Amino acid sequence: MAHAPEPDLAASDLGEERPKWDNKAQYFLSCIGFAVGLGNIWRFPYLCQTYGGGAFLIPYLIALVFEGIPIFHVELAIGQRLRKGSVGVWTAISPYLSGVGLGCVTLSLLISLYYNAIVAWVLWYLLNSFQHPLPWNSCPPDLNRTGFVEECQGSSAVSYFWYRQTLNIAADINDSGSIQWWLLLCLAASWAVVYMCIIRGIETTGKVIYFTALFPYLVLTIFVIRGLTLPGATQGLIYLFTPKMHILQNPQVWLDAATQIFFSLSLAFGGHIAFASYNSPRNDCQKDAVVIALVNSMTSLYASIAVFSVLGFKATNDHEHCLDRNILSLINEFDFPEQSISRDDYLAILMHLNATWPKRVAQLPLKVCRLEDFLDKSASGPGLAFIVFTEAVLHMPGAPAWAVLFFGMLFTLGLSTMFGSMEAVITPMLDVGVLPRWVPKEALTGLVCLACFLFATCFTLQSGNYWLEIFDNVAASLNLLILAFLEVVGVAYVYGMKRFCDDIAWMTGRRPSPYWRLTWRVVSPLLLLTIFVAYITLLSQKPLSYRAWNPKYELFPARQEKLYPGWVLTTCVLLSLLPLLWVPGVALAQLLTRRRMWRDRDARPDTNTS
Amino acid sequence: MLWLLFFLMTAIHAELCQPGAANAFKVRLSIRTALGNKAYAWDTSEEYLFKAMVAFSMRKVPNREATEISHVLLCNVTQRVSFWFVVTDPSKNHTLPAVEVQTAIRMNKNRINGAFFLNDQTLEFLKIPSTLAPPMDPSVPIWIIIFGVIFCIVIVAITLLILSGIWQRRRKNKEPSEVDDAEDKCENMNTIENGIPCDPLDMKGGHINDAFMTEDERLTPL
Repeated sequence: MAHAPEPDLAASDLGEERPKWDNKAQYFLSCIGFAVGLGNIWRFPYLCQTYGGGAFLIPYLIALVFEGIPIFHVELAIGQRLRKGSVGVWTAISPYLSGVGLGCVTLSLLISLYYNAIVAWVLWYLLNSFQHPLPWNSCPPDLNRTGFVEECQGSSAVSYFWYRQTLNIAADINDSGSIQWWLLLCLAASWAVVYMCIIRGIETTGKVIYFTALFPYLVLTIFVIRGLTLPGATQGLIYLFTPKMHILQNPQVWLDAATQIFFSLSLAFGGHIAFASYNSPRNDCQKDAVVIALVNSMTSLYASIAVFSVLGFKATNDHEHCLDRNILSLINEFDFPEQSISRDDYLAILMHLNATWPKRVAQLPLKVCRLEDFLDKSASGPGLAFIVFTEAVLHMPGAPAWAVLFFGMLFTLGLSTMFGSMEAVITPMLDVGVLPRWVPKEALTGLVCLACFLFATCFTLQSGNYWLEIFDNVAASLNLLILAFLEVVGVAYVYGMKRFCDDIAWMTGRRPSPYWRLTWRVVSPLLLLTIFVAYITLLSQKPLSYRAWNPKYELFPARQEKLYPGWVLTTCVLLSLLPLLWVPGVALAQLLTRRRMWRDRDARPDTNTS
Repeated sequence: MLWLLFFLMTAIHAELCQPGAANAFKVRLSIRTALGNKAYAWDTSEEYLFKAMVAFSMRKVPNREATEISHVLLCNVTQRVSFWFVVTDPSKNHTLPAVEVQTAIRMNKNRINGAFFLNDQTLEFLKIPSTLAPPMDPSVPIWIIIFGVIFCIVIVAITLLILSGIWQRRRKNKEPSEVDDAEDKCENMNTIENGIPCDPLDMKGGHINDAFMTEDERLTPL
């Protein structure tokens, strides 16, 4: 019933056995490193804050239990059992479904392209953190040195450094502009580092993963300790974790919780299948799945403590600066002695002055300073890392050290995720035998990395950031959902639940409990289908738009909302369909080949054709 | 008579130096912000120093080398510490054009700041923009240096890994007998994996042999 434990021994006539992890820890850390990525730092805390703090944990945990862990277990189990990358696994399950494997490989390739571009940005910031004062600390002076550059003056030094000095962003997705050489260098360096780490597959990855998977935890701990001792940290944390239960009535919360768990665990890439295929077959993948998924979620929570204590500090700082600016305006206008108005007395004195000199007070540029407004200014994604957090770090004593630590952590997080997605591409290539056997593994890895680097140079153009956003939001998300759905359905119904349970019993020593069988058969596919439908509905409700950084916009520094032009949407739709086309394409090809085979077989024994 | 002259002088002075007068500038000092505990009190001696610094700046302008301290008039000193000042010509009847004063102050702002231990943010001349310090551009930006170091290390590591791979493969090609031992080792490792004392060799016997199982049979529903 079950497959022979080492099917590839028969195939490898050169005596090359499948590579193995040196020890269980390497495998564990690789899976954790792949699952824990940038999203844990800059997506989860934002969701937690937007969707009612502690209340968000409820849909998050439900999604984890009914969607995340079951699908994760499936990936680890089939990889470990069938001992191949995603293409080999799906070919073994059913030749009609090998398109799913090919789809996973193509998708991983596409995602690696833009993910490493983000890592290149992080590297750029990391390299620039080794100076004091930090380059995003102040605006550069303009040409005749009487003031600061206008664009910087209008927004902020941090935004200017990100949009102008890093991305040199165009005002519209249509003007591609030129390649920014500094970003190209950083991209080359990131791909070189990735190549260095995956050059011999898990042999080299397994050694590097000790550092890249554990270093982020060290830095997070340092930030938690430092963050909690900063003034205003407690306000940030209270604001984050105060549960607002009424928000749970909004269906968007549940959708975002399910999508977050799904993307956070890096499912449907084929990376976990690849990692598990290097395991020995008698490994307890069930325990691994549960532990790794829980570690991933714990990391998200831990990271949100660090992030929100720092953001609370930043909000308090900004609030104090706001008050100080108002106080200075009052003092300068009415010629009071310096420091005569304290922050606590400000409101009372303002009321008094407004009563006595309303006209003079009205012409002053006084802003309303409320701490809640500053705490509300949350951000997710690159905006959190490159704008909000960099500004927070400026106010911490010893700013360059904190910047180096923070961007070093982001760099290692991105790297360990890159290992997983590159393994998802290279392991199937090695299994299928894309290049002849005498070509060394190093050459294959090198060629893949080089090809990816060349394709990814389009993200170093001036409109690169806009392309990356649409890639991330549309192309990646939808494909991952569909492929995961096909994965669960393929294993539960095509491979057969009984056969799968037997395999797991053989591997782990116990049959899966009814919880697993129910989730694989019914709950997870249903959840994935619901998420997919909801996603499509939300996408189609309003025309896709992006927010451009346009210094000539009237409401600058607010981002200008622009619609995507037709050719951009067409390109994205094509790129979204590309991984999925493999599924029906290969199924059709297999059907035609088989029909021809059956027809030939039927024609041989009988002389009359029916 | 003398009283009359005195009143006349102060009247003229009052006319020349007034908030918002022509060619008058408002100055604002934030001593406590800059110096904290070491802040000095603003008194007439400090005012004298200020007049001296302004006169010194004006002397640097061509044709104004004869400016004296008495030509600089201060008025409306507030507790903020802010006041207005004008610079008069030697006849003390007219004030010097604002442009000249502005140029003079801009050229010597650093000296004036230094005399009072202040900087451009804490000693403000409210219509004279200060010249900002030039950006500190080292000839080679720091990030390129660090990038170069990291990139070189990575390239060296890649080269070493490739070379060691080639060397390993050459060694393996010369000794093919080692391969069989590796396979046996693999089998032995499986037996103790996970604490389950199963012999994988048993699992192979009595089960489906891959050679006989064609792909079609795998698709037969159970």
